[in-house]
This record gives sequence, structure tokens and C-alpha cells, in this order.
Amino acid sequence: MHLLNNESGKARLRASEPKEGIKVPRKILVEEPATAPSMDHLDELEAQSIYILREAFARLKKLALLWSLGKDSNVMIWLARKAFFGRVPFPAMHVDTGKKFPEMYAFRDRYAKEWDLDLRVEPCPPIDSVDPTLPPAARSAARKTEGLKLALVKHGFDGLIAGIRRDEEATRAKERVFSPRGLEGEWDVRDQPPEFWDHFNASPPQGAHLRIHPILHWTEADIWAYTRRENIPIIPLYLAKDGKRYRSLGDADITFPVASTASNIDEILAELEDTKVPERAGRALDHETEDAFERLRVAGYL
Amino acid sequence: MNMVLPSAISATPNGTTRPQVRIVIVGHVDHGKSTLVGRLLHETGSLPDGKLEMLKAVSARRGMPFEWSFLLDALQTERDQGITIDTTQIRFRTRSRDVVLIDAPGHAEFLRNMITGASQADGAVLIIDALEGVRDQTRRHGYLLHLLGIKQVAVVVNKMDRVDFSAERFKEISDEISAHLIGLGVKPSAVIPISARDGDGVAEHTARIAWYKGPSVVEALDELEPARPAETLPLRLPVQAIYKFDDRRIVAGRIESGSLKAGDEIVIMPAGKIARIKTVESWPVTPLQGPQTAGRSVGITLDRELFIERGDVIGHVGASPRDTRRIHARIFWLHDKPLSKGDQILIRLGTRETRASVVAIEKAVDPGALSNEETNSIARNHVGEIDISLAQPIAADPYHESPRTGRLVIEVNGRIAGGGLVLSVDAGQRAVPVDIVPVESALRADERSARYRHGGAVLWFTGLPGSGKSTLALALERRLFTNGGSPILLDGDTLRAGLNSDLGFSHADRSENIRRLAEIATHLARNGHIAIVAAVSPAASDRAAARRIADSAFREIYVATPAEICESRDPKGHYAKARAGGLPSFTGITNDYEPPAGNELTIDTSRRTVADAVDEIERMLAQTGILFEEVADLAANI
Repeated sequence: MHLLNNESGKARLRASEPKEGIKVPRKILVEEPATAPSMDHLDELEAQSIYILREAFARLKKLALLWSLGKDSNVMIWLARKAFFGRVPFPAMHVDTGKKFPEMYAFRDRYAKEWDLDLRVEPCPPIDSVDPTLPPAARSAARKTEGLKLALVKHGFDGLIAGIRRDEEATRAKERVFSPRGLEGEWDVRDQPPEFWDHFNASPPQGAHLRIHPILHWTEADIWAYTRRENIPIIPLYLAKDGKRYRSLGDADITFPVASTASNIDEILAELEDTKVPERAGRALDHETEDAFERLRVAGYL
Repeated sequence: MNMVLPSAISATPNGTTRPQVRIVIVGHVDHGKSTLVGRLLHETGSLPDGKLEMLKAVSARRGMPFEWSFLLDALQTERDQGITIDTTQIRFRTRSRDVVLIDAPGHAEFLRNMITGASQADGAVLIIDALEGVRDQTRRHGYLLHLLGIKQVAVVVNKMDRVDFSAERFKEISDEISAHLIGLGVKPSAVIPISARDGDGVAEHTARIAWYKGPSVVEALDELEPARPAETLPLRLPVQAIYKFDDRRIVAGRIESGSLKAGDEIVIMPAGKIARIKTVESWPVTPLQGPQTAGRSVGITLDRELFIERGDVIGHVGASPRDTRRIHARIFWLHDKPLSKGDQILIRLGTRETRASVVAIEKAVDPGALSNEETNSIARNHVGEIDISLAQPIAADPYHESPRTGRLVIEVNGRIAGGGLVLSVDAGQRAVPVDIVPVESALRADERSARYRHGGAVLWFTGLPGSGKSTLALALERRLFTNGGSPILLDGDTLRAGLNSDLGFSHADRSENIRRLAEIATHLARNGHIAIVAAVSPAASDRAAARRIADSAFREIYVATPAEICESRDPKGHYAKARAGGLPSFTGITNDYEPPAGNELTIDTSRRTVADAVDEIERMLAQTGILFEEVADLAANI
């Protein structure tokens, strides 16, 4: 357990307290023990993610962190601030479909400033330019892939840090921590290099890029438990209102709330303990056909 | 189809935790890994509601009998091929454990994926088909578990229904695999007869295996212990990076073993420099009090300015890793092209990366084969012992003393091609760490600068051969000297004739050449001199290293004369020789020069006179505080 008991800790708690709506439960502040407690599960996850972020920063030339504004990428930004002692030393890129919820844009604009991020908002091309053979919601989501490709060309990034998790979805479970992409951003799941002992393949060929996945090993519950422990701000859409809440946030027109009464993080964690409903149940693009999501990912979707 | 399972919640809302163990199921292809996983999920109540019924319906629609393995066949490509191609991760619970189950492929084609999966595991289940018995992949996977350092292994003999639950057949297989594993130093915790399809032995002891008295699979998993960080071993902190985001100079890395705290006396290997930890930095709370233990990603500051870089390993004085240029290792090989004596490879150990060559190969065998037929190169999916000679000294430990800094990976063409355990290291020339607290000069910096009318600096001229670096350096030296200053010229070629005569022109040797130049120049600058370095220094990373060494004294001047003019000048005749093929790694015609960014000054000597260029360098030195303005400075001394 991580305990905040000094002035800078309190100052941060105040700084990240959202102005309205969200009341994140406060930790009880107690004396920090003289010897560091042995690591708990969240400490282990955090240390591993920090290690990955520092490896990415050391080994790639031009990095960007993909900030989708959701709970996972907010945790990722928090981890980057820990890894680099308060400062995120690369741009935070929001590939904007223009169809996010208003609460998400408000969150972005507020915390980009508060966290002193080098924010880059990149647009997505119109739907006409996207593969028409994809089912409608997947096609809509694929705009993001196209926007990402344009941003890559524009900035010449050789590494993109993305907040995907193995437990979210089956094809993501197949991912490497450092995942090489082809020249068109495509993912060759059949020819992934070996990755072990925290040694990563970090040499993308000229013109190609790598995806780096610092929270690949986290679960949905880990994300919430860590968000609670660190008091990381969240978008209020995650909390239940009128018996519904969003478990996963995407484009407003293809993302739907699930039935829930969880109005704070404790209740979300309790709900996750019992639920057998998948996290992305409210994401239309996952459920159109058996392979829609896999097709998106092979083409470079997150 | 999305394979979705409830998340294991290890940190429960009321703060209690259950040990989480990560296990891998390995074995020969078609011996029933996916079926066992499907059955385990069912027996531990981990399947989402309706999932089993849905899968049965899908199977019926496809005209296929239901298989437990369908649960795992999440990818379209997998279903089409009927084999698991990669590592998936699935979670379930036993009585007292949260289990993360890594399903690794059994097909030889995908050994790299098996290794990727298994390397993350605390324990392993090795599965064997009762009818087929021990096969080549069974033996190979057993061997790899040993090389990956996995000590907790349970063996399951599956498909007992196919051998009529014969206790004799079970014993036959159990004896064979136990002998194989014990020969590798791995003692199986249990050998369990099961039928994954029917459920015998998975969660319960059925009447059909009444003769078996050991644990069920679920009970065996319940006994697994999570791998603990090695807190009791000596401190090993491989340096990931040095950050200077503000006025702190933070050395960042993850503690692989042991612990550290502010005030500790540490030694930085392989150089053997000694320092004390000033603070342990963190965010948002900093500095941290109390010891930090193995597993944590930390940042520390030191009590003195030492040159330290990514790849160094920090230990405690008296218990530090060895520095070595020679390693003996037992490795597995995954690359299509066999590893042979004389091969040039890239080694990664901890955070250090270094070029190396294979000096000798011993005991190269196919770990899947029954006979140990030795070969003189290590083929794909084979193992062997190798002697490696490293291009630069590194800090390393034998695996049996310090597992996390006693293992390495080998990279070929930017892709991991193998890995293994350090069996022994040849100690370097330095037997004991040296305390090199430098003797400070008795002269104060302001005494020197009052005489020279300048502060100390490292002026680094970089550019193509023939660009005019030496000409400018000589002219500047004369100018500064005439004005009463103390310039000292460090010419790359001059140093190569003496101090650096052991170095060639490989990447590693060029880096070392630059490092030595930078160290000497920095020493001169600290003593008030203006060190003028003229060196091609083509690699941006080497110049960045030089800037880190010289720090705020560094001034980089890019002599950006166009390449065709440099070649037409050819003052040393090198271009002509290189064109004729006589200088294979000559910068200038090989296009390996990386122009600087963020340099203090750029000068194109094809467009201006030498005197004019020297004027501009003087202006830059004055503006950046190296040269003192005469009038202002005289006034200050009145």
C-alpha cells in the first residue's frame, strides 16, 4: 500500500481533485513506516510498467503516448509521470474522431494543462476513405487507424505507447510488450519475435514503428484499484447514473452503457468481482462479426 | 468470438490479497493443452454464463463435435489451422490462489512463442499424452523450462481414458519423464494421471484412477508459490538511464536483487567507480526514506559527479558484480541460421548492449532428441554452450549466484534470436573495485580564469574528413593563445597514434575513442583550459555521450562543409584511397555521418575565410560565458 503523508502528497491530492461530480474515495493518511513494506500486487504492476516506459524512452528516438482519455490511458500517463519524476518527456497524442463524449473533451482540455502534457490532437479522415467491406461500427472505428497513420507520417514517430491490456479482448492477449509493426502499421500476429526476461525488440525497420504496451499485463480491476489508490481523476461517465454506466469509452455513437449501480470506484471493484459481462460489451464494433475486431487490429487498430 | 473471462481481482476492495501465480502449460502438440485449459476453467467455475452452451451450439452449427479447446481458439486463424499459435492469458481461481494461465503453443514451429509465454511463468505444467508417451517436444520443453529458470513443474499424463486408466502405462511414462527432468536439475512436484476431456484427475479423484494417491491438477496448482523478488541477494541495479529534467541528476533503473537506501556506499560496474547514494527520488512524494527492495523501479542521486551510463550495474562495495569481457553461457537458439564459431552477435545483459563474437561452441544438441549427438554449430530450436568475447567490458554475474543479472539474450539483425544463462565469467583485469575519489587541484577555478581570461571548455569540432576541422582548430588555438588564454589541441588522429593505438574503426572502438577524447578534454576543462577536440565523430550517440561527460562545458561546432568539397580537398588522401577500396569503413563515402542537432555553432568553410570563422567561434564563446569580455572583466578586477 502506498501512503501519502507529507506536504507534496497532500498538494497533489488537492491538485487532482476534480471540480465537480466525481468524489473519489480518500485514502486514510497514516504514518509512513521506517522500512518500505514489501511490494503488493499493484506495486509490482507499477514497477513493471515504469520499467517498460523507461526502456521505450531509452531505446526509441521519437516516442508518443496515445491518450484516448479513458481510464487505461490515464493510468498510463500517471505511470509515465512516476517513471520520469513528474514530467512526461514525450507528446501525448489524441487521435480524435471528433465523435467523443463532451465529458471526454472537457477532461482532455483540463488535464492536458494540469499535467503539463505536450498535447497533440490529430484529426481522422472522413468515413468515405475507410475500407467499405468492414461492418458499420468497425468501419467507423477504423477511421482512428487512418488518423493514426496520417499522424505517424506527419510526426515521424518510431514508437507509439498504447494502453491496451491482455484481458480486454482476445486478440490483444496475443500482443507483445514491444510490438513491431509493418510499414503500413499492420500487425503480423503469425510472425512475432520472441520476447522474454524483459528484453524487448526495439529496432523497427526504417519507416516502420513499434507499439509499446506498458499496461499489457494489467486487468480492468487492477486499473480501478490503482486509480483509487493513486487518486487519479476519471471521467464521470464511468460512474453509474440512472442505473447505467460506461465500462469502456469510445466514440459516442458506437459505445453504449451497461446496466450498473456502481457510483464510486469501490462499487465498481465490487461489481467486477461478480460480473461475467465482458468489459467491451458496450463497444458495438466488437460484436458485429466474429472477426471484425481482429481485422481491425491486423490493419493497425489499437 | 471474443474470449472473455471475469477478471481476477487480486487486490480486493477490503485490501486483502490472494497470492497470484502465473503458470504455463507446455508439452508436445496435440497432447491436450487447450483441452486441459478448457476443463480447468469449467471445473473452477470461471466460464462466463452461457459460454459453454454457446460454444456447443457453434460446434453443432459447424457440424463438429464439441471440444474444450474451442474455448481458447480465439483467433480466426487459429480455428482454421487447429493449432494454438501464440500465448494467450486466462485467469481463474483455485482455493487459495489467483492463477494466471499462460497457454503456450506446442508446435515446434512456434517455439519462440512458447518461450515468450513460459518466461513469464512462476510454475509449469508439462502435459504428456498417455498413448503417445514422451515425445521430442516434451523433452525440448522440459529442457527449456530448465533454461528459463522455472523450478516448479508438475507433470500431467493426459488421455488416460485412451489407455484404460492403466497404472502400468502411467508408471512407465512417469519414470521416463522424471528421469529426464531430474537429469536437468528440475524435480517435478507431482506426476498426475488425468483425462482432461472427461475430467478425471483435474479437480477430482474419480474411481477410474482410484490407484492414484497424489494431488489433482487443481490441488497441485494450489501449492504453487509466486516467484519472489530476490531481496536477500546482493544489490544489483542495472542503470536504465540518467535523467536531468531539472537540477537533479537521477540515475534510474529497477532493483533486480537486494535493496538500497540513501547513504549506501555503492560501486558502479564495470568501471569500479565508488560513490554514495545521496537521495532516493520518486514522484509525487520525494525523496523516499527507508530501504527500497528488489522489484522496485527507482531513481537515485549520487554524492559526486561521476560518468555513469545506461548499462552500468550498481552494487554494494564488497558484493559487486564481476567486470568481464569473456562469458561462458548455456543458450537456446531460435534463429533460422545456425549459430557458429566466429559469428558476430549483439548481446543484451541487464540494460547493457554490446557487440560480441562467438569464440567457441560446445555441447550443441537437439534437446528434443533422445541421443545427444553433438554438432559444431547450434541449429534453430537447439541448445548449446558458447564462449563469447565482448567488445567492451560489462558487469555480469554467474546465473547460479544472481539469476537476474546472470542471463542474456542474443540479437541478430535487431531481433532477439536466442538467450541463455551465464555459467561463468572470466574476471577482468580489475580484481577489486577501486575507490577513485579524485584528488582536487590546489588551484581554484577563479585563480586560473583570472589569468587565462576564460573559463574551461570542451570545444568539439565534428564534420566530414576534409571539412576543415583541424584548420579551424589550429587557427583558434593560435588566436586564444595570442590573447593570453590556455588552449590545448586534442586531435583524433594524434591520439590514435598513442593513447588510442589499441582502437580500430568498428562502431565499438569508435565509441571508445570518443569516450577517451571526451574524458581527457573534460579533465582539461575542469582545470581551466579550453580543450579543442577535432574528431570526425560520425555517430550522434557518441557525441551525446561526450556531451554528457563534459556536461555544461561542452560546445559543439559542426563544420558543415559540403561533402563534394571535402572530397575535392582530400588533405590526407583518404578519399582517394577509400574510393579505390583501401579504407572499408572510411566516413565520407560510406554515408554513416550523422549531422548534429542542437549544436552550438555551424560553420561551412567553403563559404568563409578561416579568420572570419574563428571570429564567429570567439563570439559564440563570449556569448556562452567561456571567454570574458575584456572591458567588463577588467573593471571587475579593479
